[in-house]
Amino acid sequence: MQRKSLVKAALTALTLAVSYSTAVFAGNPVLKIGFVGVTSGPAASWGISNQRSMETRAAWINETGGYTIGATTYDIEIVSFDDQKDPKRAIAGMEKMVQQGIHYVVGPNVDDGAAAVRPVAEAKGVMYFPYAFPKSLYVAPASNAILGMVANYQSGPAIYRYLMDEKNVKTVAFVAANESDPLSQRIGGIAAAEALGMKVVSSNVTYQVDTTDFTPVLTPVMRTRPDLLVLSGVSPANAPQLIRSARELGFEGVISTETAQDAGVLAEGAGDLANGFISVGGASTPALASPMMKEFVARYTEMFGEYNDESNTKVYALEYILETLKADPAAINDVESFKATMDVFEAPNPYMNGDATLRYVGISSFGQRRQISIPLVVNVYQDGVFETLFVGEVD
Amino acid sequence: MEQILANGVYLGSQYAMIALGLTLIFALMNVLNFAHGQMYVIGGFVTYTVYGQWGVPFILALVMSCITLAIIGALIERFLFAPVIKGSAREESTMLLAAGIAFFLDAVILLVFGEKQRGVPKIIDGVFNYDFLIIMPYDRILICVLAILSIVSFIGLMQYTKTGRALRALAQDRTAAQLMGVNVDRHSMIGFAFGAMLAGLVGGLLVTITGVNLGMGGPTSIKAFMMVMIGGAGVISGAIWGGIILGFMEAIGLALLYEYGDITYLLIFLSLMIFLAFRPQGLMGKPWG
Repeated sequence: MQRKSLVKAALTALTLAVSYSTAVFAGNPVLKIGFVGVTSGPAASWGISNQRSMETRAAWINETGGYTIGATTYDIEIVSFDDQKDPKRAIAGMEKMVQQGIHYVVGPNVDDGAAAVRPVAEAKGVMYFPYAFPKSLYVAPASNAILGMVANYQSGPAIYRYLMDEKNVKTVAFVAANESDPLSQRIGGIAAAEALGMKVVSSNVTYQVDTTDFTPVLTPVMRTRPDLLVLSGVSPANAPQLIRSARELGFEGVISTETAQDAGVLAEGAGDLANGFISVGGASTPALASPMMKEFVARYTEMFGEYNDESNTKVYALEYILETLKADPAAINDVESFKATMDVFEAPNPYMNGDATLRYVGISSFGQRRQISIPLVVNVYQDGVFETLFVGEVD
Repeated sequence: MEQILANGVYLGSQYAMIALGLTLIFALMNVLNFAHGQMYVIGGFVTYTVYGQWGVPFILALVMSCITLAIIGALIERFLFAPVIKGSAREESTMLLAAGIAFFLDAVILLVFGEKQRGVPKIIDGVFNYDFLIIMPYDRILICVLAILSIVSFIGLMQYTKTGRALRALAQDRTAAQLMGVNVDRHSMIGFAFGAMLAGLVGGLLVTITGVNLGMGGPTSIKAFMMVMIGGAGVISGAIWGGIILGFMEAIGLALLYEYGDITYLLIFLSLMIFLAFRPQGLMGKPWG
């Protein structure tokens, strides 16, 4: 009797196992989308918000039956690679994506990583969505990179103009880390400020990326008594320390940056001293957010226990990839077809209220459509949260 | 000038503390502990968790950081370094082991504490401002004083306690120390735990000023090695002088050379190369004692 039960149990287990594996094999085919970016170290917040946004959206799509492109419904799988902000690792990450047959990759998050992966992407037929600003990535003959956010040379002038008009800001000082992204953003910022008629009182001070105490760094800047202190390309890890040091040295002017920041990190690192800090925010506000954006935020928060305002921007890249593939199913394995579709692509923007559309822009900045269209949201930090300062548009 | 001096004293005191633990471990075991920076980061994260997240008083959090790192240091010595030192006469074996531990601790920190920059509430508010000649937040002054007190306590402990004398004997000559009745295995473990504890202490102290993140470990180790090289490897007073010199070089460079861009560390490294070419053993010479 006991042996009979044992055989019965074994048969049941076998049947269940076979049923499960059959169900797995009978599931939707998988469409892999890559992510190569920084998810560790001082700039980790930038890449983490990318990866988590993609994973949240992919899980949501898969839970609701998959994503239909042409006649096929796919489950979405996100393949991630932490490049540790190292160009060599970014290349390795892009090569890993190629080996897995992936044609669409989000990232890298910084200039040198984005520049480093360009030869691999162009040679192997990969479209990638960097969060890096060098125009050479997007201007012809480059054609495989699509800027996933608003660049500093687009947001900087808007912020400076606002501060000149609203806060009577006349003088500005720039501080940047001694690496490619911040230095190139500082050059762009200085040019924009001078073009608007601001007086640049300090533009030479730089700091090592691994600096932990910024008081000695900022002391000479504070002597120039600027109305505005711009932290060019500042990483989320360094921003609170810089703000704190500037305020403790008695600086009472405005502090701003054109990079996205993390309210939680600012709250912990600088507390109330960060009040009034202006940064480029995620591409949404309570007024702009559609029900779908609100659900995305809820799902993200449920999955990861916290939300990063920057994910309001980072949610878009995957959506653009999928919507463009839906508009042109042949582009799944043919990035040239994808590029052709980009010029005419237009779809409703599910994350914004009203009749906003998803479309590729960038004609005025790059001479070709190599930037996704998202709203430019400029935030001000106040008591632990970001508040919307103003919303703009870029092409 | 007054501000440069103040910044130099502040930076020098914290750097000296970072270098002390590293040089102690080197003196005792001839081990270049590449994981020293990661130990510093763990100390910072423990204080962040206990003080910043759980709301436990700062001093208790600091004690927790010290205890945690002392335990980690003791375990690392007992189960990793001691067997390797006994089993291999080649110095690079311990170097590779230390590098491996550094990578391992980085991975553990990422898993346990996450990737984000973390900070804690200020332990004391307000800024000391002497007619705009010296501006120094009170919390930096407090941390500087605590760091100097810790260094003095450390020196006192090494000079006047039985354990300190045993550790110094061990650093001078392991065989002679063993012949004199020093339990070499036990004191090696105590010394390593002590060095790790110093890393935890300085990590816990500085998290109130600089915050802490996963990426700080490597650069901290590099700075600590620079200080040890300036002062002389394995020499306690050398580590202190190395820290003070590096702190002052940084403060002076940042104050006077800012117009020329970020050349302070370029000049520091250049000076270090020239200095080592003439005095490779560092300022204070041979092993301490």
